[in-house]
Amino acid sequence: MNDSWLKKSPFYGYIGLALAFIYLPVIVLVIFSFQDGVLPVPPFNGPSLQWYEKMFENERLVDSLFNSVAVAVLSSLLTTIIGFLAAYGMAKRRIRFAGGIRFLLMAPLTVSYLIIGIGLLITLNIFGVSKSLFAVGIGHAVINLPLCFAIIYSQFGDHMSNIDAAARDLGASDFQTMTRVIAPIMKPAIFAAFCLSATLSWDEFIIALLLSRFEVTLPVIIFEMLRAGLTPEVNAAGTVVFAISFTAVTIAAAVMFLGMRKDNE
Amino acid sequence: MSEENLVVLDGVSKFYGDVTAVDDVSISIKQGEFLVLLGPSGSGKTTILSMMGGFTIPSAGRVLISGEDVTEVPPAARPTVTVFQDYALFPHMNVRENVSFGLLMRKVPKQKRIKLADESLEKVGLKGFADRGIHQLSGGQRQRVALARAIAVEPAVLLLDEPLGALDLKIRQQMQEELVQLKKNLHATFVHVTHDQEEAMSIADNIVLINHGKIEDYGPPERIYLRPATLFSAKFMGETNIIDAKIVARENQQFTLRTQFGQFQLPDDGKPGSTRYVALRPEQIKLGTEQDSDAVFGLGQAKVVEVIFHGTHKLCHLRCGENMETKLLLRLSPDHSVANGEILHLHARKSDAVILAV
Repeated sequence: MNDSWLKKSPFYGYIGLALAFIYLPVIVLVIFSFQDGVLPVPPFNGPSLQWYEKMFENERLVDSLFNSVAVAVLSSLLTTIIGFLAAYGMAKRRIRFAGGIRFLLMAPLTVSYLIIGIGLLITLNIFGVSKSLFAVGIGHAVINLPLCFAIIYSQFGDHMSNIDAAARDLGASDFQTMTRVIAPIMKPAIFAAFCLSATLSWDEFIIALLLSRFEVTLPVIIFEMLRAGLTPEVNAAGTVVFAISFTAVTIAAAVMFLGMRKDNE
Repeated sequence: MSEENLVVLDGVSKFYGDVTAVDDVSISIKQGEFLVLLGPSGSGKTTILSMMGGFTIPSAGRVLISGEDVTEVPPAARPTVTVFQDYALFPHMNVRENVSFGLLMRKVPKQKRIKLADESLEKVGLKGFADRGIHQLSGGQRQRVALARAIAVEPAVLLLDEPLGALDLKIRQQMQEELVQLKKNLHATFVHVTHDQEEAMSIADNIVLINHGKIEDYGPPERIYLRPATLFSAKFMGETNIIDAKIVARENQQFTLRTQFGQFQLPDDGKPGSTRYVALRPEQIKLGTEQDSDAVFGLGQAKVVEVIFHGTHKLCHLRCGENMETKLLLRLSPDHSVANGEILHLHARKSDAVILAV
């Protein structure tokens, strides 16, 4: 063993502890989804896929999984489009009170989901929109807009305003400039914003619980199952949620990273 | 206003709040002219270009192109195309798609678009690069693509915003020559913004020298260099010697100026007692003792304190005057042998001296 390794070992040890702190609960959750038995507690007997089979036989759970996907995709589409338009508008023009508008766009990040959820519940009630997946989708669009805006806005540099001007100078209309030049260039940021928004919607529980009634999303079903008691089936459902989130975030990060690296070449 | 003027700025100004970016500027550009807007950074030259291109609407004054008032006409509806400082190429398109973008927006059919784009690329020396991606190109090549994209739509006026600023010296000099050539071949009118006076002089038919949003000097490069209109112009256009002077007497049209090098008579139009500056380029100071005459005035003795070899010439830093404290610059041929500490006798031609008020 050489000296440098010895010197660095506290450093690696510290990182190891930190990572364990973050990931141990997830790892335990995943491991006990393969439990061969009725309780997701040690000792571990298995592995077995029986709880996954049981989960996919649970019609209500499978329905909720598709509901979650639909809400995530549709609400994220809405958020990404609005976020892109807001970011493009803010980046392109010198607007009066630009700082204030930016603040208002970002401020919902600081408000708790519970408050936003209750607010939406009351507002949607006034407008006669009943509790439904549609309402959940609107809720998710509301909470994810600040993030989408921030991600896309951060990728509008000074060079983008010249590119915008150049496209117009060459005869492109507003719409052509946006669809043929600006949006394609911003594609990595737009896609990353979409993935992150979809992930957050996919995981989201409080607003989904408050705004849904008969048809619900996966986190709400998991919550219902938990109330009935701990079973490895809950672990299996949690593992599916985690795997899909993880994949989406990884794709988003890779796209952002590759997109930015290309720009810096 | 004559009809042959293609672009006319008629007393344009631009205010941003309390800040005056451009102050009552009038410029007339003839068809086929290569005009350079020259000035230090922040002088307002890019704002003036942007008014011609339609990206900035002047706070006062008018912009006319081909006699038509286009002051508030948007960029696309003007016969101008701007080449941006950072090129503003579309990174998601290849070279051909970039160059043919303007044609696509004009709904030119595909076959013709490809033909015209490839012709434009050939004109800027990028034949065979059409299928490359923008990321695969060097800075100089990107510059050429930006030029090709602009000329593909055959603008009457090409507006160039410091297009050579980001290139290294050798490519920059090459591009300067190519720009002049390109302008000749296209029979177009070029307006070029730069802060580099050597670049301006080597490419311009006319230079507009801008400082603090105002025109300091406006004319052909030779005139601006040799007979600058203002002190700023004399200093900005290259190394120069500025000698403080005062008008001490006036007799008919003969004015006597007093300087630390003695008195000499030069044409002027001021009152006795006014302050003047005599500007002399380093290459206008000559060696040797000469009697003051109608053509020549002496500058006395000077001591060499530093010699810098530039290849094409030697630049000597001199000290002169009564206390040997006044600095002078002298340009000598590269083969002239001169040593530090040497005492030189200097004179200059009266016709070279430029008398400037402020």
